Amino acid sequence: MDKFVQLQDVGMAFDTRQGRFVALRNVNLDIREGEFLALIGHSGCGKSTVLNLIAGLLRPSAGVLLCHNREIAGPGPDRGVVFQNHSLLPWLSCYGNVYLAVERVFGAKENRSMLKQRTHDALAMVGLSHASHKRPHEISGGMKQRVGIARALAMQPKVLLLDEPFGALDALTRAHLQDELLRIVAQTRTTTVMVTHDVDEAVLLSDRIVMMTNGPAATVGEILAIGLPRPRERLALASDPAYHAARNVVMDFLYRREIRQAA
Amino acid sequence: MSTHALSTPLAEDPPRRKPRRPAAPRLQTLDGLPPGPGRFNRSLHWLAFHGLPPLLGLALFMLGWQLLSLHNTSLPGPATTWAAAVELFADPFYDNGPNDQGIGWNILHSLARVGIGFGLAALVGIPAGFIIGRFAFIGRMAAPIISLLRPVSPLAWLPIGLLVFKAAGPASIWVIFISSIWPMVLNTAAGVAQVPQDYLNVARVLKLPEAKVFTRILFPAVLPHMITGIRLAIGVAWLVIVAAEMLTGGVGLGFWVWDEWNNLNVAHILIAIFVVGIVGLLLEQALVLLARRFEY
Ligand SMILES: Nc1ncnc2c1ncn2[C@@H]1O[C@H](COP(=O)(O)OP(=O)(O)O)[C@@H](O)[C@H]1O
Ligand SMILES: [Mg+2]
Repeated sequence: MDKFVQLQDVGMAFDTRQGRFVALRNVNLDIREGEFLALIGHSGCGKSTVLNLIAGLLRPSAGVLLCHNREIAGPGPDRGVVFQNHSLLPWLSCYGNVYLAVERVFGAKENRSMLKQRTHDALAMVGLSHASHKRPHEISGGMKQRVGIARALAMQPKVLLLDEPFGALDALTRAHLQDELLRIVAQTRTTTVMVTHDVDEAVLLSDRIVMMTNGPAATVGEILAIGLPRPRERLALASDPAYHAARNVVMDFLYRREIRQAA
Repeated sequence: MSTHALSTPLAEDPPRRKPRRPAAPRLQTLDGLPPGPGRFNRSLHWLAFHGLPPLLGLALFMLGWQLLSLHNTSLPGPATTWAAAVELFADPFYDNGPNDQGIGWNILHSLARVGIGFGLAALVGIPAGFIIGRFAFIGRMAAPIISLLRPVSPLAWLPIGLLVFKAAGPASIWVIFISSIWPMVLNTAAGVAQVPQDYLNVARVLKLPEAKVFTRILFPAVLPHMITGIRLAIGVAWLVIVAAEMLTGGVGLGFWVWDEWNNLNVAHILIAIFVVGIVGLLLEQALVLLARRFEY
């Protein structure tokens, strides 16, 4: 299946106090089933907007978005979202947060013990079985993001959408979670779109990197296919010329072609 | 502090090569404090900093009161008041007809009125707050009414109550109702409006039905705001009840104060002031405890 998610001439304008602000114009993008796509660009260029459009949390002001050849008319559990700031409900335990999603998606077809099993499996997959009874404020930032990933994956979405999921984490935790995500995505083969501003992260994780031009009226600037074989290993890649070549292409785009105007 | 540091007061402490004490593992007790005399000293310290000031304040207050009562003979001093209170609370639940009942009955009657008026206000105000906060259109409809009625003094509502209910009891409940409803409406509505968009996005991605959105997201997210509203409302209700009862009569602390004023029993009025203060404090503390349970 080649065109799993399609963005056709998508434009997005926001009505603000200063008038209409065109954030995106003529965005065209095809996402293949099972691929890992990274969206990279300078802060404020419209990456989150693209992701929210695919999630259905925003409606485009021009163009059309398709998922499985059907128009994306709103959010739905077939597109799991991992939000930038984890968005766990603080009054529910980690288990409760995941269970809420599981219950919603599978509650009609499965009995309680099956739902429980799914919740436990999802938490086990991100290595958090031991913390399932804890509330979000009792766990670290990295663990919160893991719960967010578990919640999204437990819904068995067709597409997993991640908005800078590791942006707020320290370098070591981030590396650890990147490896974990590599493993999980290899295992579940979920189509994944991940917003990032970290070039190494993009090259390490993705099959293709979509580089966005600066806003306003941002669009897709360039797409780079990353041919590095999987499974990928962080340490081995460090001395791989292909890795550095890919990295240089993205760096060149970000820091020569789309140099960020003084903010 | 070493002598070296003393001789050059501006210099920082030189880095110590050796710790003064050998770094042997220190004995730990269960409460984390080292054993021995230090422990006793520390609890003394704690007492000096936390127990002493309130006691000192109260003592000063009593002293001022005593001096004032010596100066003005119509004002009973602490000792006289205390004696009257002991006598009064020796038999709090006697009943000599509608105009002469024990202090316990008066407190309970006032509490019951506050409870009913406040309970009705919560029953109406909290759902109203949810609706006003959730639906912007209704919120804008309600805004002028609320801003018009909220600043009105609670007692101004009493004649309306008397007119409609034609009885003193329901009228004072009505005053409690109308004066304690606003904090609950406004705090609940503000809470709903402040529910983080992220939480609502979770609900949207999951396509939760509206009932689940309410029970799993809106209600828990608003609960702390709601409890703040309830706390303020109880405070207002308890503030207003004495004044309302003074005007309506019957059984209750406010009426009792008025009655004792007519009897020129000033000691009892002072007792009433303390009772109102202490009951109010207890209500407030109970709600603070409740609020603490729902901090996430
Ligand atoms: N709801 C909104 N209203 C107005 N402007 C918005 C809104 N959301 C995003 N924008 C603007 O659109 C642009 C892109 O935002 P965003 O997608 O969040 O950028 P990124 O995620 O790449 O940092 C920014 O200039 C931002 O100010
Ligand atoms: Mg963003």
